[in-house]
Amino acid sequence: MYKARALLPGTLLHGRHRFSTAPAVVTGAAPNDEPIQPCVEIKHTQLLINGNFVDAASGKTFSTLDPRTGEAIARVAEGDAEDINRAVAAARRAFDEGPWPRMSAYERCRVLLRFADLIESHAEEIAALETWDSGKPLEQAAGAEVPMVARFVRYYAGWADKIHGLVVPADGPHHAQVLHEPIGVAGQIIPWNFPLLMFAWKVAPALACGNTVVLKTAEQTPLSALYVASLLHEAGVPEGVLNVISGFGPTAGAALCSHMDVDKLAFTGSTGTGKIILELAARSNLKPVTLELGGKSPFVVMDDADVDQAVELAHHAVFFNQGQCCCAGSRTFVHERVYDEFVEKSKARALNRVVGDPFRKGVEQGPQIDGEQFKKILQYVKSGVDTGATLVAGGERVGDRGFYVHPTDEMKIAQEEIFGPVQTILKFRGVEEVMRRANATPYGLAAGVFTRSLDVANTMARALRAGTVWINCYDVFDAAIPFGGFKMSGVGREKGPYGLRNYLQTKSVVTPIRDAAWL
Amino acid sequence: MAAANGSSEKHEGFEVPKVEVKFTKLFINGHFVDALSGKTFETRDPRTGEVIARIAEGDKADIDLAVKAAREAFDNGPWPRMTGYIRPTIYCIHIEFIFVSRQRVEQERGRILHRFADLIDQHIEELAILDTVDAGKLFMVGKLRDIPGAAHLLRYYAGAADKIHGATLKMSQRMQAYTLKEPVGVVGHIVPWNYPSTMYFFKVSPALAAGCTVVVKPAEQTPLSALFYAHLAKAAGVPDGVLNVVPGFGPTAGAAVASHMDIDKLSFTGSTEVGRLVMEAAAKSNLKPVSLELGGKSPVIVFDDADVDMAVNLVNFATYTNKEGIYDAFVKKAAELAKKSVVGDPFNPRVNQGPQARTSQCHVDKDQYEKVLKYIDIGQREGATLVTGGKPCGDKGYYIEPTIFTDVKDDMTIAQDEIFGPVMSLIIKFKTVEEAIQKANNTRYGLAAGIVTKNIDIANMVSRSIRAGVIWINCYFAFDPDAPFGGYKMSGFGKDMGMDALEKYLQTKTVATPLYNTPWL
Repeated sequence: MYKARALLPGTLLHGRHRFSTAPAVVTGAAPNDEPIQPCVEIKHTQLLINGNFVDAASGKTFSTLDPRTGEAIARVAEGDAEDINRAVAAARRAFDEGPWPRMSAYERCRVLLRFADLIESHAEEIAALETWDSGKPLEQAAGAEVPMVARFVRYYAGWADKIHGLVVPADGPHHAQVLHEPIGVAGQIIPWNFPLLMFAWKVAPALACGNTVVLKTAEQTPLSALYVASLLHEAGVPEGVLNVISGFGPTAGAALCSHMDVDKLAFTGSTGTGKIILELAARSNLKPVTLELGGKSPFVVMDDADVDQAVELAHHAVFFNQGQCCCAGSRTFVHERVYDEFVEKSKARALNRVVGDPFRKGVEQGPQIDGEQFKKILQYVKSGVDTGATLVAGGERVGDRGFYVHPTDEMKIAQEEIFGPVQTILKFRGVEEVMRRANATPYGLAAGVFTRSLDVANTMARALRAGTVWINCYDVFDAAIPFGGFKMSGVGREKGPYGLRNYLQTKSVVTPIRDAAWL
Repeated sequence: MAAANGSSEKHEGFEVPKVEVKFTKLFINGHFVDALSGKTFETRDPRTGEVIARIAEGDKADIDLAVKAAREAFDNGPWPRMTGYIRPTIYCIHIEFIFVSRQRVEQERGRILHRFADLIDQHIEELAILDTVDAGKLFMVGKLRDIPGAAHLLRYYAGAADKIHGATLKMSQRMQAYTLKEPVGVVGHIVPWNYPSTMYFFKVSPALAAGCTVVVKPAEQTPLSALFYAHLAKAAGVPDGVLNVVPGFGPTAGAAVASHMDIDKLSFTGSTEVGRLVMEAAAKSNLKPVSLELGGKSPVIVFDDADVDMAVNLVNFATYTNKEGIYDAFVKKAAELAKKSVVGDPFNPRVNQGPQARTSQCHVDKDQYEKVLKYIDIGQREGATLVTGGKPCGDKGYYIEPTIFTDVKDDMTIAQDEIFGPVMSLIIKFKTVEEAIQKANNTRYGLAAGIVTKNIDIANMVSRSIRAGVIWINCYFAFDPDAPFGGYKMSGFGKDMGMDALEKYLQTKTVATPLYNTPWL
């Protein structure tokens, strides 16, 4: 029995193991130790509607699990269609009558800046909550993700007062100007792999533009969004502007997607679910939809690459976040001239990967999110072996509880998104060939190219059918860089100035101009 | 007009806050230092004419030092090299330590400028006091508008620092090309005394956001807040040498900035006469690009469908023309308003005109004061009718009554020259829209214009017809950080504020390389 379960909500833990300096346990032995007790109080488990934390209308709750043990962390209010209705009504009112879209952009900017400051001053608790609920290494959550969330919020705070339409040179004596208005009530559905970052990607631009939001979190990871949403209210956001509903896709998610009073949908998740969402939007009120979906992103290592560098880069490209990244570089294409060396070194690197309790310092890889994903990954590994791929490392469960998987290197051509720590290494001979094979996928989210050749880099950058091409780097995210997919990896772009477009209407205002001095 | 001059403060029951001048030396390379010459000059309280403090007087040698510090900070310092973001991402650390021994940067420009703004917010009262005793600014206006407005400008550009975008280009050849927007380098800023805080941040905030380093020469009349801001910038984490402030006089320090061979860009706000000298000095030295925000003689055109009360309130500050039909009613109300205006100590919250109140009513020192009185005299001698005001008021300090002339012809001196004092010239009656436009454009200036009308066609048409950098329709002085401001004609060129202002501090570099084997062009 995991100790933290015995703690009542409201009890702040001062764990002995907080940021433990105990040496990280090597692969294979880790998770059998007693899990480190997270040092954070679970303050919010209810739905956030109209500025208040409330129970679900049905009174129902569900358990959110610790992926290290499979045991419950807390019981969380389970929103369904009725709660979505309440939340949308609150968001509608806040948009139609409330102060948020009517205050000056600078005032919205100030609220978001205060929010970013609050995120930073509560960074430790937020990161601990995120690790506890999702199983990602605390060092990653605290060192990278929480600062990125604050950065993200500040970035869009800075856009709030710089949203410009064009004044258009019309044909004829007309004065034409373009207004960018907030689109209204935005419905947003976020996944479990980066709960906080996805919260920021969705909520920050929507709010900066003056919209109101109903956010449905993933049922696996409801906690951190509720926590930061309460900080946003502390920062001064008016009631009803951000509503957060925990719940399941077929109930709460579907209700949001087919709601007649939601003006916009944004979803990050699997391609399968993305299709359903687009369909529900089409069947209801034709609300525009932004989709950021799955991928099977190629990572191409040319023969002029330094193999050691390429191995390390490719390793992180696929194994980062337990392999649970939509943009994971999960098809590693390696030039035949360096292939054998590359495989050998990748195997060694994978065997060295530190898997263990994500609260432990030095751990690179925590458990998978839940039992379902865990089983699915191991099935993919088995199918790889069954179809003739060579398993060079890993492929098994780590420990005897929780959802830990050995980093796995296989040599097989894969088409489906595994969403786990499984690297597939493929051999190629030339540029033309690798471009063709890299593009031979229904996905097009991201791609990596590792080469010293300027010409190869430029050619590949244009030839790869993907929304992001990282050259000699991977997973470089910044608030200012647009992100999104070609083909079945999605619709639209998030981040950067492009991300604002998801949350703005474009209105042309035209009037005749008499005796114009110039046209 | 009610008199509440500098000496009446004790009777009025308002408190003059304690004035403490903390910074009086030049700020060079992160330190307050004496002028190399050891010279100082006095800065006077325009309420009383008394000396507030002695300020180090920078001249050419000090400007050289400041430019050297700014050059070093630009060429080798961290400021232009700061990233948009701290990069502690552990998954990148592995990658980065392999590729580049990346200089670990702990700050970004945007964050530092946000901190700078927060520090200003924490010192609003202190800064407002400095502008009141130094420039005669109304204390309440400083507290409620000018100083918070300075923080607002900084926040605007803090948020712009990571939104400077180059473009990828559509080449007609088989080429890949893009533009880089690079900081221009060392910037010289010469700022005026009428809005010491606002003008300072018009200049400094976009330059810093762009990654430039700057040498500021504040007006000799108003060095106090400029030096205080330098102190706050350092406290916020602006690295040494990035922001240098050298108080001094135009012919010495100002001229040294304008003609310096190692300054890459010059931005000046002030009179048209001095603007011409600045541009000439730039041309004669290293051809540095110049932005000038100069004088104006901005018209306000009141059409006969206008709400007269609103119009009078709006044009309380400007020379204007108005339509014949409402001319008399307008004059009457304007005169009433001027008579109600309380002139007096700017610390008195009841006062609406200090020894300096608004851009076109400023006279911050004795020279200005005498210049304004001279213009009033010329106006009378050239045959304009003095409706109200026209005299000094109070028994000390540089106070002048709000003054209104009517029957002003558009070729009279007071209609053509920038007076920079509390003198309103009700110039021209007009009959048609075309006539109003023609008369409004009959000036060598083109800074701003006001239109007062309810008619959408007139508003739109006149907006395009007037040759001025900003048109305010049924409003005036509608300044905003997102709204570019700057002149046409001899009012200057280059814009302050808005994303446009960043352009002044950026170079555009095109990068092109051949493409082989590309699937599209």
